[in-house]
Formats: sequence, C-alpha cells, structure tokens
Amino acid sequence: MTGMDCWVGIDLGSTTTKAIILDSDGEILGRGITNSRSNYDVACAVARAEAFVDARFALARRALEGDAALAARAQELLPIIAASFAEAKHNAALVSLREELLIAARNDFYEGWQPALDRVLGEIVDAMEARAHELFVPGADRKSDFFRDLASSTFMQLSEEAADPSTMPQDVLIGMFDKAIIKVENKELEVSFEEHVSQALDRLLAAAGLEADERARAGELMERAVALPLDERGHVGTGYGRARLPFPKASIRSEILCHGLGAHATFPTTRTVLDIGGQDTKAIQVDGRGIVTGFQMNDRCAAGCGRYLGYIADEMNLGVHELGPMAMKSTRKVKINSTCTVFAGAELRDRLNLGQKREDILAGLHRAIMLRAMSLLARSGGVHDEFTFTGGVARNPAAVRALRELVTENYGERKINISAASIYTGALGAAIFARRAEDADESTEEAAA
Amino acid sequence: MTSNVDQLVARAEALALDMDLSGVAAWKDAEPARRVIGYLPVFAPIEIITAAGMHPVGIIGGTDQVEIIRGDAYFQSYICHIPRSVVELGLSGRLDVCDGFLFPSTCDVIRNMSGIWKLEFPDKYVKYVDVPQNFDPEIGGNWWRHELTSLRTDLRELGGVEISDESLWEAIALHDENRQLQRELYDLRSDRPWLAPTSEVYLMQRAGLVLPVQEHNELLRDYTEAAANSDRPLMDNSRIVLTGAFCEQPPLDLLRTLERAGCWIVDDDLLMGPRMITEPIIDPEGPVGDPIDALVDAFLDKAAAASFIYINEKEKGAELAEMVVKREAEGVIFAAPSFCDPALLDRPMLARALDERGISHISMKYSENTGQFQTIREQAGTFADALKLWSDA
Amino acid sequence: MTETVPTQRDASMALQKKILAEHYHALAQAPETGAKTAYTFVPGNLTELIRSFDMLPVLPEINALQSGMRKQSGDFVREAEKLGHSEDVCTYVKCDIGMLKGGNIGPTGEHLPDPDILLLSYTGCFTFMKWFELLKQEYDCEIVMLHVPYQGGGEITQEMVDYIVRQLEEQVIPKLEKVTGKTFDADAVSERLALSAQAEDDFVYVLESAKHRPSPIDGYFGGVFYIGPIFSAFRGTQAGIDYYRALRSEVDARIAAGKGPVTPAGEVTNEQYRLVVEGPPNWTHFREFWKMFYEENAVCVASTYTKVGGLYDRGFRHDPSNPLESLARYCLGCYTNLNLPQRVDLICDYVREYSADGFLINSVKSCNSFSAGQLVILREVEERTGVPGGFIESDLVDPRYFSAANIKNRLESYLQMIEQRRQPVGATG
Repeated sequence: MTGMDCWVGIDLGSTTTKAIILDSDGEILGRGITNSRSNYDVACAVARAEAFVDARFALARRALEGDAALAARAQELLPIIAASFAEAKHNAALVSLREELLIAARNDFYEGWQPALDRVLGEIVDAMEARAHELFVPGADRKSDFFRDLASSTFMQLSEEAADPSTMPQDVLIGMFDKAIIKVENKELEVSFEEHVSQALDRLLAAAGLEADERARAGELMERAVALPLDERGHVGTGYGRARLPFPKASIRSEILCHGLGAHATFPTTRTVLDIGGQDTKAIQVDGRGIVTGFQMNDRCAAGCGRYLGYIADEMNLGVHELGPMAMKSTRKVKINSTCTVFAGAELRDRLNLGQKREDILAGLHRAIMLRAMSLLARSGGVHDEFTFTGGVARNPAAVRALRELVTENYGERKINISAASIYTGALGAAIFARRAEDADESTEEAAA
Repeated sequence: MTSNVDQLVARAEALALDMDLSGVAAWKDAEPARRVIGYLPVFAPIEIITAAGMHPVGIIGGTDQVEIIRGDAYFQSYICHIPRSVVELGLSGRLDVCDGFLFPSTCDVIRNMSGIWKLEFPDKYVKYVDVPQNFDPEIGGNWWRHELTSLRTDLRELGGVEISDESLWEAIALHDENRQLQRELYDLRSDRPWLAPTSEVYLMQRAGLVLPVQEHNELLRDYTEAAANSDRPLMDNSRIVLTGAFCEQPPLDLLRTLERAGCWIVDDDLLMGPRMITEPIIDPEGPVGDPIDALVDAFLDKAAAASFIYINEKEKGAELAEMVVKREAEGVIFAAPSFCDPALLDRPMLARALDERGISHISMKYSENTGQFQTIREQAGTFADALKLWSDA
Repeated sequence: MTETVPTQRDASMALQKKILAEHYHALAQAPETGAKTAYTFVPGNLTELIRSFDMLPVLPEINALQSGMRKQSGDFVREAEKLGHSEDVCTYVKCDIGMLKGGNIGPTGEHLPDPDILLLSYTGCFTFMKWFELLKQEYDCEIVMLHVPYQGGGEITQEMVDYIVRQLEEQVIPKLEKVTGKTFDADAVSERLALSAQAEDDFVYVLESAKHRPSPIDGYFGGVFYIGPIFSAFRGTQAGIDYYRALRSEVDARIAAGKGPVTPAGEVTNEQYRLVVEGPPNWTHFREFWKMFYEENAVCVASTYTKVGGLYDRGFRHDPSNPLESLARYCLGCYTNLNLPQRVDLICDYVREYSADGFLINSVKSCNSFSAGQLVILREVEERTGVPGGFIESDLVDPRYFSAANIKNRLESYLQMIEQRRQPVGATG
C-alpha cells in the first residue's frame, strides 16, 4: 500500500506542547496537544503521538465519509472509537500510577505509615480505575484531556475522603501523588493505536448498533486508514525550550517566525499578530507571504501575560476560565493603574474594601492587561489590518472585548481574527516551514549554516 | 477678596487635573498673537516667557488621570512614568496649544526627551536648557547668561516681539511676588498645618502651572487668607518634611494618604520649579542694571539645593537638615518615583546628613499613577506614631 | 585574566593586555612611588592633561566593567544595595561602591589607590555627577567639576567650547597644579595631543576596516578591546601609538587574506549577517553574549558604544595647536553627549556605510543616557534605512538582569527574520 507524505511541526510551549501534521496538499491532517513536562523529549513524543492518532482519525473519517452508506454513521462512530482509545490510555496510565505510588511509598521516610499507606494508595487507585469509564463515555464533561489534570483532581477528592488527620494525613498521600505523577508523565506509555483499534473495533462497531455487513465494510475502511503508512518527510520544532528538542539545529525555527507563518496560514490577509501566552507576549508584524517584518516580546514581566490572570484567579478563588465571563457582566468603569502582579492581590483587596464590585474590577483588570499588549503592539509597528489574536487569553471574552475597544480607539476599524484552534498556531507554522524546506532545499541549508 | 476655601480648592483642583489645558487654550484664543511655552520639570527660567508676553505652562505629567496607550511604546519598563504620560499628552493632541517646549537639565531621561520631541514634533520650538554646574559668575554665570539670552532671542523670533529689559523686570517682579506668596503659604502651613493641609496647598501650587502668573498670585492670596481664617479644628499630627527630587509628582491621593496616616507635611520640594529661587531677585530699592544679570545671579546665589545642581563646596543634605530645623519637623519622608536616578542616587547622601544630625527618616517609592496605597499608609502611619512616641520635642 | 580576552591571541591583543596590566600595577604602586591619581570618566576623559602632570588616571567605569567580566560585580552590587542604594539605579555606581566597601581591591586583585583628585568630567551622563558626589563623601579629597554642556541643539557652539576652556583654565588646571605641586605645561599637553591624533588615525582605520566584505573585525565585541587603550589611560602615549599601529597592521593582514574577525572560538569564516549595534554590551556574560552572535555568523560591523569615549570617525582629531579648545571639542563630541536626532543620523549613516543587513539595540537597564529614547531610535532608523531593527534587553554589570534564554530567543528570531526576508518567495503554504 502506498503511503501518504506528511510533515510535522512541534511547538514546545511552557504550559502545553503542540504538534501539527500537514498532508501533501498543505492541509492539516492531525493535531496533538499535551501538557508540557520536565522531560521535553517525552512531551514532544506524546504530542506527536497524539497528532498521529488524530491523523488516523482524520483518515478514518475521510474514508467513512467517502462511503455513501456509512457517511451518516461516521459522526457518531468516530467519537466512540476515540473515547475508547483515550480510555485505554488513561487506564494504562493508572496502572503506571499505581506502580509509581507504591515505589514512592517504599521510601524509608514513610516506614511509619506502612502498611496502611500501601493499602490506602491501592484503594484509591482502585476507585480511580472504577471511575475511569465515566470520564470517557461520549458526551462526558471532562474538565481536561490531560491525565495529570484528571488524575490529580480525582486523587485529591479520594485522598481527602480516605485521610485521617492522626493516622493518615492527606499531606502524605498528596506527597506520594506529586512524586509519582512526574514519573508517570515522563514515561512514554506503550499503547498502540493500531493494536487497540483492531482489538476493539468489532466490539465497538457492534455496540454502535451497526448491521453485520456495515460492520464488515466499516471495519475494512477503518483498518486500512489505521494501517496506512504515514511517511514523515520532514519536521521542524519551535517554542520555549526548543533548543532541547530532539531535532537537529537545522530543523529548529524561532517561535516568532513559526507564529507569524502559522497565523498567516490561518488568516492569509493578516498583517499583525498578537500572541498572549502563559509566560510571554509577542507582537508580530508579517508581510503578505507570512514572513516576519518586525516583532517585540515581553518575556520578562508577568504583567500582560496569561500568568497574571492566574494570580488574579487564585486571589479570587476562581478558575481562570471563570474570570472572563464574570468580567463581561461589568456595568461600571473601574480604572486599574498598575498591572504589577506583585501588587495584584493588594490592589484587588483595596478595591473590594472600597466597595467596588468584582465584575467591575475584573473588567478594569482585563483592560489594563490589554493596555500592556497595546504598548507592545505599538513598539512592534502598530496594529494593521487584519489583526490576529492568538494564545490562551484569546479565549477570554473580556480580554477580547477590551482589545477590540482599544484597537478601535487607537487605530480605527480593524478586522480582528480569532480562531478556536489558535493554540496550534506555532506548531502549524513549524509544520509549514518543514514543508517549505523541501521545496527550497538549498536556501534552507544556507540559512541553517 | 475672600472666597470660601472649598470653592478655591475646587477651582484649583479643576485646573490642576485639566489634562486638556482648556484654560490655557481659552487664554490663547482670546488674542491671535498669543503664544504658549510648555516647560518640563524641574526648573526653567519662566520669567523670560512671561516677559515675552507668553504663557508658561508647567507640563508635569498626567498624574493618575491619563491612560497610557502610546506613551509606553516610547520607553522601556525601567524608565520612570512621567515621560510616558507626557508623550501620551503630546501624541493625543493635548499639548497642541503649546508653541514651544523647554526641556531642562533635570536628568538623562528629560534630556533625551528633548530629542524625542524634536523628532516627533518637528514644527514646534524645542530648547534644551542646560543649567550651569559651575558657580563662578564669570564662568558658569557667563554660560547661564548665554542660555538665558538665547532663550530670549528665540522667543523674540517666535513671537515677533521685542522683549525689553523693562518687560523682563516686570516679569521678574511678578514671579518674585509669586514666590513670596508661595513662601507665605508655606509659612502658614508650617505654623498651623490643620488650616492649610498639603492636599490643598499642593493643588494651589499645581494650578499655578496652568495660570498666568498674575492670576496665580491672586489665587494664592485668596487661598492663604481664606485658609488662615478658616475654622478648622486643630489636629496634632507628626510634623514631617517630604522630599524627593519631584520631577514626577506623587498622585494627590498619596499626599492625602500621608495626611490621613497622621503626618503633617510642613515643608517639601514638590513643584520646585516656579519657586526654585528662594529669595527676591529684585532688591527692595528697585531693579538695578541688567535683568538678565539679575536672573543669572539669582540662580548662582539664591537657588535651592536640588538633585540636578552640583553640590560643589556645600554639604550634601545640609539644606534639607536646615529645613527640618526651621520648620520644627520631627522627621523626613523620602519619596522617590520608581527608577528615578536623581532622587534615588541622592537619597543615601541626604540620609547620611540626617543621620549625622539624629533626624529620623523613612523611604518610599511611588509612580505618578500609583493606585493603591496600603503599604505607604502603613509605613507612614508607623513612622508618625514612632515620632510621636519617641521624639524629644 | 584569561577570561577577559579572546583565546586566540594576536600580537596586538597581547600588547593591550600588557599595557593595561602595567597600568593597574602602577596604580597599585602609587602609594609607594608617590604617583598622584585622578579619578575621572571615559566620556570626556582628559588623559593628555592628566598625564602632563604625571598623574595616573583611574576610570571607575572600567573598574566596574572589568569586575563584571570577572564575575565579581554581582556581589559588589548586592553589597551596595544592602547599604541603601536602590535596585533601580546604575549598576556601575553600585559595583564601584561595593568594591570600595570591600577594600577597593581592583579587578586584577591589586589594590586601587585612593584618588588625589576626583575630576568630575560631567559629560553625557547625569549619573556621573552623583557618582563623584558619593565618592567625595568617601574620600574627602579634592574634587573639580567640568561641566560639558549637552548638544541639545545638535551642534557644538563656540559658547560651549569657551565655557569648557574657561573651566579648564581657571578651575581644573589650578586644582591639578595644587594637587601635584607641578605647573601646567601647555607644550607637554600639545605633544601628547599630537600623539593622540596619530593613534586616532590608526584607530579609525581599524574601525572602518569593517566596511570590507567580509569584515576583518567585529566592531562591537571585538571593538570593546580596541577602544581600551584610547578610552582609558593611553591616549596621547607612545604605548597607545604602538598598540594602534600593531592593530592596524594585523587588520591589514586580515583584509589581504580575506579573513573574518577573531572570536573566542576561532575565526568567523562565513559572514552571514552584518549588524550595526547601539548600546553598551553586557559585561557579566560578555562571552556568552558574543557567542550568540558568532555562532550564527553574525558580525557587528559598527557600533555606537565604541564612540562613547570619543567620536573620531567623523573627522575629529585632537589638535595640538589649540590644546584646551581641542579637549573641549573632544568632550562635546562624545557619543552620549549627542542629542537623539544626531544619534539617529549616525546610526543611519553606519547602516549605509557599512552595508549592514540590520541594526540591533542592546537596551541596558542601568543606563538612562543610552536607553531613554532607544525605542524611538529603533523606529526612526528602520523607517529611514529600511533595514530591520532588533531589540534586546540586559544590563551592564548586574548578572540578575541577563537572561540568556530570552536574549537568545530574541536574537535568533531577529536573525531568522532577516534571513527569511532575503529568500525568494517560498512554495505554497
């Protein structure tokens, strides 16, 4: 069977690692994302593996949708398979977690808590395994797709129930988890998508209520899609810590360039790009080819980055994702003068004491953060049509609103582009660079020299 | 003419916080030939502007009223705040009423701003004013004479009108009066601080930055009289001197915070520019000789100590210590804008002079748009209490 | 000592190292030999005048940067902060105070002598005034102010020159006479100025050699070593002349052989990027910083920092026939005494004259004189020359303000940006 050519881009960020796979038409074949972790190699491998799984699903979807009879079922079928695979990975991780917890508990320091400690840990994992299935039924509302997030919130809950202040303090249990989860995360888990699908396929197709002949055809199409060789023709890495990516130097591109090119690919007429990440903010100007013509970075100060919102959320005992919606309810203008994170708490408390409402303060804070972004944009060359806003903060409605206001006030009407998949912008740019490298071999080599 | 204190304060506050300079614009619109010259902190020879029939306007930043959008694109994060707000005011058109700008030799930031202004506003008159750091009348005095004369020449060209010696003497007289009135107000405040709190006195001074000097003199007279006769209750706070190079100004709320925390500010170097010359320039007998010479001598002999003036043979901090003694203050609060080289580099030297004399002091930092004062309130409150508890007075 | 010089030694480098070491040694011996010392500043340094009195110049800025390069400055800065100096102020000053409080052991491990006079050459930097006001309190020695007016209007006027000359005649020289017990010898100064002018010719030749392709020198990192003698104690000396003569012939040899600059890791053989740099370098991570450039085959062909102690490549030479006026004009022309529009013009000229691919600003937290307005310079130069501007941030000698990861990120992105712009339109993306 002839394979399909593809190119991979990986963006190793401070919070998440993303991978994008492009096909020979330059279309996105697969996307993968995982939380960044201390072992960069593993983070890359996991993101890449996720992207390839996603690619397989894309191929499977194309195959099923290409079949007149099965096209209608494709939509409900694929999520079932996806969920099944995700559950299998989750279960494998739980097995690994159990192992690592028991290893951590071996430490002499905890001798005093044994044998109760081993028992309690085992019981907790048993309960986690029992609950696993609920997390993955189609339509389940998972707070996160990352094992670390899911496991830690469940573990937190179960350990609280199992704990006893005098005989088994929760702190000890949490300590065990903290040690174990790092080990689990930094191991590459051997759960093969192909194997899983071939083993589970028949069962899943039956569960989906397919007739026998449909099952046979679906099974065939799926297996072909899963088995299709994907020939990785090239790869490029970028992002924070990118010098540690398992790629040769020639295959590494600056995150600025990848981001600019990725934004251009998503919105071909964009000229200015603003990316507000967890730890840094970038203002980038690109030309009609997606080549960067100027940029400015704020990489030294938490104010104006996503992290600042994290501090505020902590201060207010809210989730970061709740800040935006709350700020949207503001009815009065509150002018916040300083966005220094060191004083965030104090400023917040002062204003609450003065009787200002949380929604209003939050709205003021969002505006103050976006003012910082405006400075950076001004330094980089201004805001030109079209203007693309990427990064985690782009999903915050209050931030977007503040930005729109400020852009209109200062630059006039600008088309503002926000895409739901903007977190992949850097990885997309990297993948495009990988693909372009093929077409321009010599100049790439020169550039890398 | 007596007016109610509150009315005067309200008028002063409206003037001080009018970032659109609407009063100045109205003055200018009244007659076609009128010109306005803005000057940056700290000190500029504004008598010459007044003598030219022009309106000197003190541009002292946007306090906490101006949202900085473009200004931040001009200065890195480790530079103080005032240049940002001044650039913001400039770029947003709020300084369009000014025909020219004077940038004095206060520090490298203000210095370099003169160049920024030349690049961004090439149609405006821009002059860098380099005060002498040599105090020999034949050398530094000569240099200052040259600076003042070239300003006089430039303004003559700008306005198309001769600036006679007579008009100079008249202007000097008016500004002498202005300085005298400010001294008297400061005396009142030091004598009975509850009648003239700094949060009001400051507004009286800051309003003067946007008023023609005659009008400011009137306002000062009115307020001093009204305050002296006001019926406010005596409050026994700690008496402190506030010092800090004060090019960038603290927000009004900071001054209020200090007072609420139990401090009477009985002397300060806020808004030094217009009162830099500490004694009358014109002798009681009347003007004698060349007014430019008088201005030169005034700077050489009668200027207050300041961070941007070389200490020469004098003792660093002696003048501050004298101020403390003269006003019977119990302590000193050093307030410096973040990143302010003049204030922060001077502070250890000034503190040393106080230490040698056993004068207590504390330090704090702010920026012109500081919005929360919890730390300052606690610090000042503790200081005020400590002074009360442990002072010998 | 080896940390501070590139490992590949040319004769000129060895010579420079030798004369500087000798100078520090002479300073250490001063209490015994009775040699008088004058503390002064690099911008506006009056070496010929000082040496005509047989005094030895001491340059606290150079002590500070040497401490930075030898990784000693971090402790000194922290020490000064403990004594009450703010985190916000110039780290050269704090480094000097910290070093002083620790016994004034200089960068070579030898003791630095107390000053016999503080020659406050107030040129191009407000902080200088404060620095010597602080030192005056520590040393209680003679001090003399030389006010060098700022070129606010973008030109040197006769009044400025006259003001400086009068200060020299009536205050600086008399004080030097008082401190040394010697009489002012105008001829001695003139002789030295003649030597200065000679060395300046060779120095400028070396700087301008970077106009060649490939450039035989790095005009920023390498330049830091080339300015050493002329900006410190050796302008107007035979040693200075010897050094620049040796350097010039080495540079000629490199040009003839088509060689690129010497770096700590060897020669640059494949010049890829020609950059003009504005701003002082970082000293605490000097080598690491330089490496980020030569690793990418980026060569700095011109810089403004190499003009901080005197601007010689626009035609100015010290003039022995008019010594005091010449010294005055020299002071007025130092880079940080130029106004912002002049700085913009100079950088634009360099971009054109040196065929630069781009220009880069290293914005230094400590130095408001350089830094305030650099963002405007960035935009102006980009607009006028069309080449891209890069912007990185660090500090002089406080190691806490150097983030290698951030700087490398920005620098690499900048160089890749230049590279991308050079390429023909890529395939469909």
